[in-house]
Amino acid sequence: MEKCAGKSVFGGIAIGRILLFKKQEQQVRRQKVDNPELEEKRFEDARQEAMRQLGKLHEKALVNVGESGAEIFEVHQMMLEDDDYIDSVMNIISSQQMNAEYAVAVTSDNFAKMFESMDDDYMRGRAADVRDISNRVINILLGINQEEEDSDEPRIIVADDLAPSETVQFDKSKLLAFVTVHGSTNSHTAILARTMGIPALIGTPLALQDSLNGKLAVVDGDEGVFYIDPDEETLMKMQKKEEATKENQELLLQLKNQKTVTKDGREIMSYANIGNLKDLPLVLQNGGEGIGLFRSEFLYIGKDTFPGEQEQFEVYRTVAENMAGKEVVIRTLDIGADKKADYFELGAEENPAMGMRAIRICLTRPEIFKTQLRAIYRASAFGHISIMYPMITSLEEVAKAKQISSEVRKELTSLGVPIGKVKEGIMIETPAAVMISDLLAKEVDFFSIGTNDLTQYSLAIDRQNQNLDDFYNSHHTAVLRMIYKTVVNAHRAGIWCGICGELGADRSLTELFMAMGVDELSVSPGSILPVRKAICETDLSDPAYRKKILSDWNLEELC
Amino acid sequence: MKEFVYTITDPEGIHARPAGEFVKAAKAFESKITITKNDKTMDAKKIFGVMGLAVKNGQEITICAEGPDEDAAVASLEEFLKNNL
Repeated sequence: MEKCAGKSVFGGIAIGRILLFKKQEQQVRRQKVDNPELEEKRFEDARQEAMRQLGKLHEKALVNVGESGAEIFEVHQMMLEDDDYIDSVMNIISSQQMNAEYAVAVTSDNFAKMFESMDDDYMRGRAADVRDISNRVINILLGINQEEEDSDEPRIIVADDLAPSETVQFDKSKLLAFVTVHGSTNSHTAILARTMGIPALIGTPLALQDSLNGKLAVVDGDEGVFYIDPDEETLMKMQKKEEATKENQELLLQLKNQKTVTKDGREIMSYANIGNLKDLPLVLQNGGEGIGLFRSEFLYIGKDTFPGEQEQFEVYRTVAENMAGKEVVIRTLDIGADKKADYFELGAEENPAMGMRAIRICLTRPEIFKTQLRAIYRASAFGHISIMYPMITSLEEVAKAKQISSEVRKELTSLGVPIGKVKEGIMIETPAAVMISDLLAKEVDFFSIGTNDLTQYSLAIDRQNQNLDDFYNSHHTAVLRMIYKTVVNAHRAGIWCGICGELGADRSLTELFMAMGVDELSVSPGSILPVRKAICETDLSDPAYRKKILSDWNLEELC
Repeated sequence: MKEFVYTITDPEGIHARPAGEFVKAAKAFESKITITKNDKTMDAKKIFGVMGLAVKNGQEITICAEGPDEDAAVASLEEFLKNNL
């Protein structure tokens, strides 16, 4: 058995035989030609043929990997139509009287170098695209057939590196995994592996000998290990792991389009937490029924200055449009404590977790707050948006926030800007808010409990201090009682109450949350389906059983 | 000659796909169209030129059109940028 570590770009287990993928040797010779016009025509014909092949690849990729994976071939076509590229090739042919293959190879080198020298990882990665399209043209000129060959059994593809067009030419149903010696996490290979959802390793130090072809191998995308000729024990272990992963995935995918309903018939809002636009596809893939917490901080962090209204509007609109009518709860800015942005000039604080943060900044500096609210209200015309104010401790704060929000709404309406119906809710993440949740519930449309901060403030344990881990108990009765109290008070006022903190994804508590009457669980996209499964398995039709759960957790006194 | 300034708001900047779409949009016009970032000016109808500018989120670009359909070109490209970048 041979064992090799690689960098995993997508998890999962694949067991199968190796298909060693070798680039066809291209030998481009530099030749003087007597008839440059003929070479120009050869290049033009080859270019047209390459355009046709790319069109076919695009169609194939649409079926195999969908639009986002396929669009690279459209970009490749445009590159082949770029006047500078064509002029460069033609110029080498006519002025130096060189053969077409050589002219393309030189042009390819020059353009690839331009990208390689750029100060941007993404753009440096595009050098591979230039080489890919040029190699296609050269292969056509040399008469090498690059079009796909079908293998009969599913294989693990092992290669030095794969160009985008090579990755996609494989029939998806016959593809188990990718293992490459080179490549970057930004490469199309990595992106496509993630889109196709198959295990993939890059940067795997392998000697690519022909003898590898056909050997049995295992790719462990979870651990980043590639086993060649695995021994009996490893193979057994991996087969078990593969089965477990598969079963789990299938089970979960069945839940994707299912409603989130307990066995006793209560429907729960199964929402997702997101931190930026990149998380959106994951929400949709995992069947999120809405977004329960859109952390707007990413718009503010890592910048030199405040994000403008238009910039924010575009982002909120994109989320609202993509969720297509499903609810999107945008939490207004929660800067401060561990989330800093220098241009806020908040100054050093002795105790930042209890310092100038979140709604306190917004109420102290309403101009920042108003910009964000204007952007949110403008975006509300494009979907179903709700607003959520963080770090509330008093009725006065809620009144002020709502006052500012209503001013913004009026301003926009008087300008004739269309706005949607927007609900206003608050985060319950301070013990103070819990204690007055009966009063707060009358002022807002919903509650969402932020268990991370609520726990830190209740237990007086700094979340960032690792030395305190032994004292930190996320299932502390005090915290659970506060959650229960909040839910009860919400329901008395006729509003819904959810949980958007990490505790919401803790499946050892799902049954308890259902017993408490929690209406919504907002969790990271990857946790949606496991949590939905736990909810769907909960049965509280027997009131005595529900009572027993509450009393087991020492919560019965609150009923 | 007509021109306008636009600040990119797409978190990814003008990466390959939108560069391609932008070029496609520019090619629909007869006018000579350029894209400028930090004094570096490129032909907006060439994908390598546009990508070569490596325009990132928050950066300002100037689009300039000169020719018989310059008004329409500027209007259409501004619309494109607003909707896509």
